[in-house]
Amino acid sequence: MYLKVTISKCTGCQECLNSCPYDAIEMRDEKAFINENCQLCNMCLEACPEGAIKEIREEGDSPAEAAKSPDNTYRGVWVFAELREGMPAPVSFELLGAGRRLADKLETDLSSVILGAEKEAADELFKWGADRVYLCSNPALEKFNDEAYTEILSTLINLHKPAIVLAGATAVGRSFIPRVAARVNTGLTADCTSLEIDEETGDLLQIRPAFGGNIMATIVCPDHRPQMATVRPRVMKKGQYAPEKTGEIVQVNPDNIISRTNVVDSVKEVSDIMVNLHEADYIVSGGRGVGGADGFKLLEELAAVLGGAVGASRAAIDENWIPYSHQVGQTGKTVCPRIYIACGISGAVQHLVGMQSSDIIIAINKNPEAPIFNVATYGIVGDLFEVLPLLIRKIKEIKGL
Amino acid sequence: MAFKIVVLIKQVPDTAEVRINPETNTLIRDGVPSIVNPYDLNALEAALRIKEGAGGTVTVLSMGPPQAEDALREAISMGADEGILLTDRAFAGSDTWATGYTLSKAINKIGADIIICGKQAIDGDTAQVGPETAEFMGIPHIAYVRKIEEIRDGYIRVQRLMDEGYDIVESSIPVLLTVVKEINEPRLPSLKGKVAAKKAEIIKMGMSDIGAEESSLGLKGSPTRVKKIFAPAVRADRKLFEGSPKDQVEALVEELKKNKCI
Ligand SMILES: Cc1cc2nc3c(=O)[nH]c(=O)nc-3n(C[C@H](O)[C@H](O)[C@H](O)COP(=O)(O)OP(=O)(O)OC[C@H]3O[C@@H](n4cnc5c(N)ncnc54)[C@H](O)[C@@H]3O)c2cc1C
Ligand SMILES: Nc1ncnc2c1ncn2[C@@H]1O[C@H](COP(=O)(O)O)[C@@H](O)[C@H]1O
Repeated sequence: MYLKVTISKCTGCQECLNSCPYDAIEMRDEKAFINENCQLCNMCLEACPEGAIKEIREEGDSPAEAAKSPDNTYRGVWVFAELREGMPAPVSFELLGAGRRLADKLETDLSSVILGAEKEAADELFKWGADRVYLCSNPALEKFNDEAYTEILSTLINLHKPAIVLAGATAVGRSFIPRVAARVNTGLTADCTSLEIDEETGDLLQIRPAFGGNIMATIVCPDHRPQMATVRPRVMKKGQYAPEKTGEIVQVNPDNIISRTNVVDSVKEVSDIMVNLHEADYIVSGGRGVGGADGFKLLEELAAVLGGAVGASRAAIDENWIPYSHQVGQTGKTVCPRIYIACGISGAVQHLVGMQSSDIIIAINKNPEAPIFNVATYGIVGDLFEVLPLLIRKIKEIKGL
Repeated sequence: MAFKIVVLIKQVPDTAEVRINPETNTLIRDGVPSIVNPYDLNALEAALRIKEGAGGTVTVLSMGPPQAEDALREAISMGADEGILLTDRAFAGSDTWATGYTLSKAINKIGADIIICGKQAIDGDTAQVGPETAEFMGIPHIAYVRKIEEIRDGYIRVQRLMDEGYDIVESSIPVLLTVVKEINEPRLPSLKGKVAAKKAEIIKMGMSDIGAEESSLGLKGSPTRVKKIFAPAVRADRKLFEGSPKDQVEALVEELKKNKCI
């Protein structure tokens, strides 16, 4: 397949030039021309006001698209549950919440796979929504190991054929899930922020930020099964906890687990601020608009009054106003407090992906056009140096401080 | 012991500068420069240090359009010995599965003891290509390496960054590593390097040179498809306040009280 400009329709307006992330469109004789840099991302198709850019299919193109349709023997939704001190990590419950919704929509069941754990871990997964748990209690698997985990999960997938497999976009998930996808020959979408089912095809719609997060993309995996996706912790909401719920345990006993890599030791390094940001009900976060380390004092005061923690955008970290451990966003922490107060943060999508699922977002920014207002629940347009002292005073009044 | 090291580098648009036109929902990339993926510079630096310590050669490999040659030359100016560009119309539109497949075929062709990648590419941020390449090659990998503690014939021990600390991991060689920013500070190009980069011949390889299966390449070989691209939506329950800062703060506090937030 390739993209071609219909010369007779092209008005030479150059709209498409800007739309191309790869610099693959140039002007030749006042008409757009697509050169060999084209990566077939199709961004230009919609950008052209005349509809002059078309996908051209070649002979032998995609037997996939024409003939192959997904293998319908693949059924059910799976969640890979990773361990944290012998029990499922919290992200597993969030994935079960998302998985339950997808399974109900597809009228199928929800299973979970957990390695190196005991029955209590499986029971917890049932309560958070799993109907079935594939449990491997081999103590050798308590420590994460890429090759062993890949071998077991791939074997289970090939044997039981789930339609969808979800995993956390954690250090563990991001390391071995791609290996599994390569081994079972299917697609994998990283860091999804939302998962839906296509009403027509029943395919999984995997929504994630693209191009550094300036835009969202819906990714599908039309002819390969399972459809695999990772989701970052604290992006999805946990489902309902049903203390009475049980389910079916399927014991898995793989023989001779071999691996060429070996974890010699695991060292914990959890800073206080990490715990604070992850557990705080209130986060007051500052960006370039805070103007300096002094400005952050104001944010700290508000956080203290509310009993919350202080976060920051990367711009503030780059300026050395506050340490990296406070960074929220794609290359920092993902947080989900009850209230997130963004002060002097423009709202680049890299920042947004780290705080978007907060229950309430309050944006304080002097630029009414700032994209942070798109995700805000409440927006105050104004100078944070004026707004914050007023807000601090008001809250102190209410709390009788 | 001399190691044959291959560093995988990707040329990416500097996403920090990409903006979106809210009216047309398209990217504004006027003047957005193409750069070497920042994490891949850390990968290259790690390779150069292994070479300087234990001896060996450093080959940089990139799959991309012809202009990705610039990225390879930049790597040579930093000290890489040779650059190989995988470029072919058949590679266009590859997702991570097809990219991993293609890179693995090329690495098998050139041979390598250690393959080093960046943690992720800033245009896609998937962090998948490294582990997938290792899987296609049938060799182990260690992701998120923040320190190489020991390396000798057939053996490597590293620190791997985890969510709440780090692991010490050992592996046999051949192995593929993906590295995080903390591992080192990439050097700047030297004058000698710049001269070498100018003179260097970049080796080009296409589909037939690496013995790849055409049906596994490019868009055709990619299990995933981009179905739709759109601008992030506005929150439905949003309230924007108006008036003086004082009025707005009062309105906000009222709302918060109403929702029992304070
Ligand atoms: C691969 C990659 C990963 C990234 N990861 C992250 C990440 O994890 N986290 C992150 O935050 N960023 C990340 N970024 C950077 C991101 O793209 C933005 O550059 C960054 O978030 C901008 O920070 P900012 O909003 O503080 O600064 P700016 O965009 O400069 O915005 C400052 C805002 O402050 C407002 N302002 C100024 N003065 C005042 C005042 N007195 N009162 C009120 N408002 C005021 C301005 O109107 C403006 O909107 C990443 C980028 C890339 C390419
Ligand atoms: N087209 C490519 N050519 C060479 N290396 C690549 C390519 N794509 C990805 N990589 C390598 O894989 C790493 C992870 O990329 P990604 O999975 O796209 O986030 C990058 O840091 C590179 O080292």
